[in-house]
Amino acid sequence: MTELTEQVVREDVRHWLAANWDPERSLVEWRNQLADTGWGMPHWPQAWLGRGLPVALLPAIEAEFEAIGAVGVARIGIRLLAAATLLEHGSDGHKARFLRRILTGEDTWCQLFSEPGSGSDLAGATTRADFDGVRWVVNGQKLWTTSAHHSQWGLLLARTDWDLPKHAGMSYFIIDMTQPGIEVQPLRQMNGYASFNQVFFSDAAVPPENLVGKVGDGWKIAMTTLAHERRGADALRRWGRVSDRQGHIYDEERQEIETVMEPYRWYAQRAGRVDLVLPRAHETGRLADPTVRQEISRLLMLSRCAEWLAHRARHAKELGRPEGPEGSLGKLAASNVARAAANVHRRVSGASAMLAGTDGPHDGLIAEILLSVPATSIAGGTDEIQRNIIAERVLDMPKEPRLDTGPFRDVPRNPPRAR
Amino acid sequence: MRFAFTDEQEQFRTSVRRFLRDRSPMTEVRRLMTTPKGYDPTVWQQLGQELGLAGLQVPVQFGGQGFGFGELGIALEEMGRALLCAPFFASAVFATEALLNGATESEQHALLPQIASGERIATLAWAEHDGRWETSSITLSATETRDGFVLNGTKNFVIDGHIADCIIVAGRIINSFGDDGVALFVVDAPCSGLERRLLETIDTTRKQAELTFNQVPARRLGHAGSGAAALRRTADHAAVALSCEMVGGARVLLENAVEYAGLRMQFGRPVGSFQAIKHKCADLLLDVELANAAACCAAAAIAEADPEVPALAALAKACASEAYLRAATEAIQIHGGIGFTWDQDTHLWFKRAQSSAVMLGDASYHREKYLQYVEAAV
Ligand SMILES: Cc1cc2nc3c(=O)[nH]c(=O)nc-3n(C[C@H](O)[C@H](O)[C@H](O)COP(=O)(O)OP(=O)(O)OC[C@H]3O[C@@H](n4cnc5c(N)ncnc54)[C@H](O)[C@@H]3O)c2cc1C
Repeated sequence: MTELTEQVVREDVRHWLAANWDPERSLVEWRNQLADTGWGMPHWPQAWLGRGLPVALLPAIEAEFEAIGAVGVARIGIRLLAAATLLEHGSDGHKARFLRRILTGEDTWCQLFSEPGSGSDLAGATTRADFDGVRWVVNGQKLWTTSAHHSQWGLLLARTDWDLPKHAGMSYFIIDMTQPGIEVQPLRQMNGYASFNQVFFSDAAVPPENLVGKVGDGWKIAMTTLAHERRGADALRRWGRVSDRQGHIYDEERQEIETVMEPYRWYAQRAGRVDLVLPRAHETGRLADPTVRQEISRLLMLSRCAEWLAHRARHAKELGRPEGPEGSLGKLAASNVARAAANVHRRVSGASAMLAGTDGPHDGLIAEILLSVPATSIAGGTDEIQRNIIAERVLDMPKEPRLDTGPFRDVPRNPPRAR
Repeated sequence: MRFAFTDEQEQFRTSVRRFLRDRSPMTEVRRLMTTPKGYDPTVWQQLGQELGLAGLQVPVQFGGQGFGFGELGIALEEMGRALLCAPFFASAVFATEALLNGATESEQHALLPQIASGERIATLAWAEHDGRWETSSITLSATETRDGFVLNGTKNFVIDGHIADCIIVAGRIINSFGDDGVALFVVDAPCSGLERRLLETIDTTRKQAELTFNQVPARRLGHAGSGAAALRRTADHAAVALSCEMVGGARVLLENAVEYAGLRMQFGRPVGSFQAIKHKCADLLLDVELANAAACCAAAAIAEADPEVPALAALAKACASEAYLRAATEAIQIHGGIGFTWDQDTHLWFKRAQSSAVMLGDASYHREKYLQYVEAAV
């Protein structure tokens, strides 16, 4: 049955692309058409720029796009987490206002969750939002905010009640990042890039209609965003690849990758570049070493199983089976793959693994892998946090004793950092 | 379906699990593992005749149920959980697959129905003293006579070889070289010239025997020259089947460990509330899920006759071997001292894990094999 539908959808999309795809068009115009027809996000609801197709058909549709080199909607980065969150919890007004410009790539988004005092413990956020009768007024600081320096909009988790227990006192907002009350300072990372930032709020404003859900729903909605981030961990390996095709639209796409998408340039490397392992081992002659062969094979197996695991999770969701926190398993698997890949790359490169930049193998790409992989087990929730989630929510193991119940005001926390 | 089970398959799993819970509880496992025979004929008969499990993947025209390899995988997973003591793997998987892959249709008509119903117990005698399930390791010789062949040589690690009444033997036509001389034979046991010795094994829930052939009369199976390829397919299918069984064992070990950790109190709290224990369990779950995904995909690939089966079989077996061993090792650790006792059941799976990890080739062997397939594909 699935096969039949897949065949039909493949033909549909092939016909449509044949009639409409033109590499000389403008990127935004093309993406608007994708949004209008639902071919940009075919699994989204028909009412909201999609076609309501099962997720399981996406790979087939993507394959048709790839086959003729058709560009898709803007799908990289936090913007997609924003879209997923708004589809689930946003008002119709939010969806009407924000979804289209996410898909066209005109708006870039960032996720303002982590703070100097609270990372793993997201519910310990102390950035505050106070309603002054007209608007919400935001004060505080966020940290590690990827692409805040390119963003029009931010997903903000802020405390709106200090007397409730920590999880209950938080709300979720859409905040305009271009306003004067917000200051963004890029932070340099260990791999030399500066994709994340610190963000300071001094009396920044949020109009009441930009509250998502109700006051106090912040934690629940943030969990939706994070669930999508974790589930997407497996897709990381495809990020940041540049097409070398000819045509106006590709020039615009390359331009986009160079500018607003710049923070994600190293994201494929962060996933370990498993695809490069065999070619590299050929190149360096290490493929003859039986111990290296064992490590490579182990990595390829792990990576393949991780893909299947992600597939199975998507499939279970498709069939309407309980979804659960399975994304944490996938995220943990992705960390293991990335680490194993970095180790294999180091072994395969031998002494040249010490070299970076133009002196390093593949113009520094291997060095970039080695120096980017550590982010995988931290960003989006550390491996330890994923293990806690798996143990407590999947395996139902007993919770740890807590010291942070009761009104948030009284919970022990980090001292504020001097600016 | 490669990525999810259908509702029918889930129902099938439930019925197998219920049967095994009733007929193969741990008290029975412990009783049977100390008997030389190693299985309960009544349970075996019910398994074959009432549930039709012994011929699950065998086509209907040969007396089987005509299901796919997916269903076989589910049954094996459940048997791995229950540590069922029965000649299922030897007869319904190893020997049956050898016949399905290596016998002619008329031979299949003659042999499969009784095996598929469980009336006869079959096994495949392949590995010899070097303990390799490869065609190049076969030295047992077959000499043609007026009415068939006679076999001379020794087979080792023969699963349930001490009780099987139909022994499929991987032999070599005398004075031949290479794969062309490899052929399958069938021997009705007991018979003169065949000596069978039950081996002392660390896993006593699955028996193994050494078989010595001295001028044993045998019939040849399949067409000339087809033996080696048939054996390789058989090994791939058996590796996938064993992987499914291993995943079942690994999963129940984890479940038991999690349950125990939730009950055992130390320092005023359940030991399962300590992160060192929790994180171990989370890592084990990931291992089990990855190995499970691999085994299920490989089983589905067999059902779909996917050309990638040999590679996927190697992948599944390597992952299952490591996941099961790790689960068994950590399950003992999580139980503490009681985990090292004879009376607690964990060691029974631990022993099955140790033994299954090397049966049909260990993880390193399959990793090398997998890489060769990947290299050949690019
Ligand atoms: C590349 C990158 C991009 C990022 N982008 C964003 C972004 O766009 N938006 C955003 O909001 N954040 C972002 N982050 C932040 C990221 O989510 C946090 O760094 C992460 O959640 C960890 O928080 P922390 O840094 O405060 O570490 P901490 O929470 O202080 O953790 C320190 C150590 O303690 C461990 N630990 C903490 N709590 C527990 C526990 N309960 N049990 C066991 N161990 C524990 C952690 O695992 C870690 O090893 C990004 C991070 C990186 C590296």
